[in-house]
Amino acid sequence: MRKMASTFPHGIHPTECKHTAGAATKRLPWPPEVTVLLSQHIGAPAKALVKKGQQVKRGEMVAEAGGFVSVPMHAPITGKVKSVGLTLNPRGDMASAIIIERDADADQEEIVGDAQAIDDLSPEELVQAVQRAGMVGLGGAAFPTHVKLSPPKGKRVDTVVVNGCECEPYLTTDYRVMLEEVTWIVEGARLARRATGADEVVIAIENNKPEALEAIMNAVPNNEPISVRSLTTKYPQGAEKMLSRALLNRDVPSGGLPSDVGVACFNVATLAKMGQLLPKGQGLIERIVTVSGGGVSRPGNYIVPLGTSLRFVLEHAGMTDNTCTIINGGPMMGATMPSLDIPLAKGTSGLLALTKNEIRESNAHIFPCIRCARCVDACPMFLNPSMLGLLARKERYESMGETHNLNDCFECGCCSYVCPSNIPLVHLFRVAKAVNRERSASK
Amino acid sequence: MNSENQILRLSTSPHLKANEDVPAIMFNVVMALIPVALFAIVSFGISAFFVIATSTVACVLTEHLSCVIAKKTTSIRDWSAVVTGIILGLTLPPGTPLWIAALGGVFGVGMAKVLFGGIGCNCFNPALVGRAFLQIAFPVAITTWTPSMLPGRFTHLIPSTLTTPFMKMNLEGVNNYIDTALATTGVDGWSGATPLSMWKFADTPQFESSVRLFTGMVPGSTGETASWLIILCGLYLIWRKMMNWRITAGMLLSAFLLSGAFWLTDRAAYPDPVFMLFSGGLIFGATFMATDMVASPMTSAGVWVYGAFIGIVTVVIRIFGALPEGVMFAILLGNAVSPLINQITQPRVYGITRKRKA
Ligand code: SF4
Ligand code: SF4
Repeated sequence: MRKMASTFPHGIHPTECKHTAGAATKRLPWPPEVTVLLSQHIGAPAKALVKKGQQVKRGEMVAEAGGFVSVPMHAPITGKVKSVGLTLNPRGDMASAIIIERDADADQEEIVGDAQAIDDLSPEELVQAVQRAGMVGLGGAAFPTHVKLSPPKGKRVDTVVVNGCECEPYLTTDYRVMLEEVTWIVEGARLARRATGADEVVIAIENNKPEALEAIMNAVPNNEPISVRSLTTKYPQGAEKMLSRALLNRDVPSGGLPSDVGVACFNVATLAKMGQLLPKGQGLIERIVTVSGGGVSRPGNYIVPLGTSLRFVLEHAGMTDNTCTIINGGPMMGATMPSLDIPLAKGTSGLLALTKNEIRESNAHIFPCIRCARCVDACPMFLNPSMLGLLARKERYESMGETHNLNDCFECGCCSYVCPSNIPLVHLFRVAKAVNRERSASK
Repeated sequence: MNSENQILRLSTSPHLKANEDVPAIMFNVVMALIPVALFAIVSFGISAFFVIATSTVACVLTEHLSCVIAKKTTSIRDWSAVVTGIILGLTLPPGTPLWIAALGGVFGVGMAKVLFGGIGCNCFNPALVGRAFLQIAFPVAITTWTPSMLPGRFTHLIPSTLTTPFMKMNLEGVNNYIDTALATTGVDGWSGATPLSMWKFADTPQFESSVRLFTGMVPGSTGETASWLIILCGLYLIWRKMMNWRITAGMLLSAFLLSGAFWLTDRAAYPDPVFMLFSGGLIFGATFMATDMVASPMTSAGVWVYGAFIGIVTVVIRIFGALPEGVMFAILLGNAVSPLINQITQPRVYGITRKRKA
């Protein structure tokens, strides 16, 4: 490990608010029912394999992958299929889901799975095993993991980057995973290296988590090409593109993927789950979620079966009347939830019940851009958000895309965060992108 | 609690926001200007106070009235008009007739800010535009200086302060006033010149001592004399991250180096670089005027170019121009080229290898 922490240029330092970092992960009581969305990942939805009234066992596959960029779903609890139909998803749309009612008498400790000798599997078989386990990126993006493990033809991944940065304020799931499940992380990193054929693994941790750094350093055996690097605490350090620049000084080309520069990037929680589930041949049925914010009286990291309703989780965490907004994910890039009846998905890393004082004012006065350049100095992509903002307000969306690299914006939120004029820059950019997408589709 | 009736607010990310908004930044600039204004009042007396107060009130009123006329909510709460007003007042001589000070504020805010569409849309610093207008329209009033620390400055106005609008300034009265006051201290002979003009226009160039320049014990515009205090106030703003120190540094460095080069060629004719830095309005301009966010470039390379450009132009005007002071016009010129500087210093976007067509 190098002495100086490396980093990427620009970025911001929001207050960390990592209140839940100190407490060990706890298991939530069993919910009376779970709603397994068939699309909790990027790509084609899964196809249901069960019918109404059917008995299912915890860990049993209840939906199969709907294509290569898709993953199967497994029953998070033992019980009876109540219905297969439409429910509200985290985006606020109606989507297909399997609702399973818990069997009150069943022993939920037992999990279906066929143990496999993973050391004997070829890289291709490993990738298939990862897909069978229903693995997606647990950091929030929910991109199917096996797709990342199999780079497109002609591309070779030489470095597996393990993301333990967790740069979003409030969230501490990755931190707890690094402390509590470190052997699984190392095991998962090994599997990822074998599946991709990479030469080395680099584990990146922000320097505000010295305990996690130490835990991982102690767990990594000396004779393996796995290194641990400490990075400056800065948002958005955990973004793939920033990691690739900070660790390897490689820029992911505009419009490209990390695999274009030989990098595959996985979240620590994803690898921990891989290391835990693959040898047992089990599927992804639960995850750790940070429940935090001023609106809950018992914040913490909870192990929650997938498909548990937000209401159930938040009520157990002691949600109070002060709650004003529920955020799925972190406060910088997460989305607000329109209802408490939405089920928890594979990509839900955090559930924040924030009070009025914690979030940006919704009706703050918007001043004209004073050209203070704070956004320019914050944008990790080196865009000019001020200029993009001016163009957006004039609805010159095409020129934003063509001459000002709008599509390189990954909506990290740094520009909106720093803007003293309260200009909702990211929001304007989203609208512009949507309009441009629609226009080019209708051409 | 009953979560059935929970009202959830929806909004788009990011859900967090840094605390500082525009009024907070402008208010801090006002805070940083106040010590400078107080020193101006201490060294030049109540006339200085009235000049600063008048220009400030004029700027705020102009902004408020233009909002009323345009039927918009008033924008004076963002403090930016106050900043403009104080800065304008601090660049005027202590004996400036108050009506002229007011006119400068009205012109600066009216022509350079409101007409362009208000805060953020102006391409020139409004205080500078007001000041430049006065320099051209009232060359005498704007170059009539009084010595600092005159006895009686807290009890007597400088006679020119209350000149009736559009009447000629009573220069003789001012001189009498200064002579009488000086006589009580036993000093006689008042050249009526600032250190810069003494160097430029005296038969043999005279150089004020750098110590007196640094401490502010010299005649000059109300707020530009006390270099040490301006630097301290600038440091406060830099510490609060509300001022781009690179502009100031670029400007001072280039002015120092260029004037140093001249000085090395002929030490009798050219002032030493330290004199260059601390005389006139260079420190004040570099700290409070060139750093105006609206009219300066936004790229990290561009601010250095911009600062260096202004520093060089300042020295060139001072040495070769007809005016002893070049800071103001140098900054206005810098404002004018700042869009160009922005354009040529755009950084490379992450992941783009081809040069942008732009
Ligand atoms: S949201 Fe987009 S424009 Fe704003 S800082 Fe992030 S990448 Fe840059
Ligand atoms: S941060 Fe806001 S006010 Fe400052 S330049 Fe960017 S858009 Fe303009």
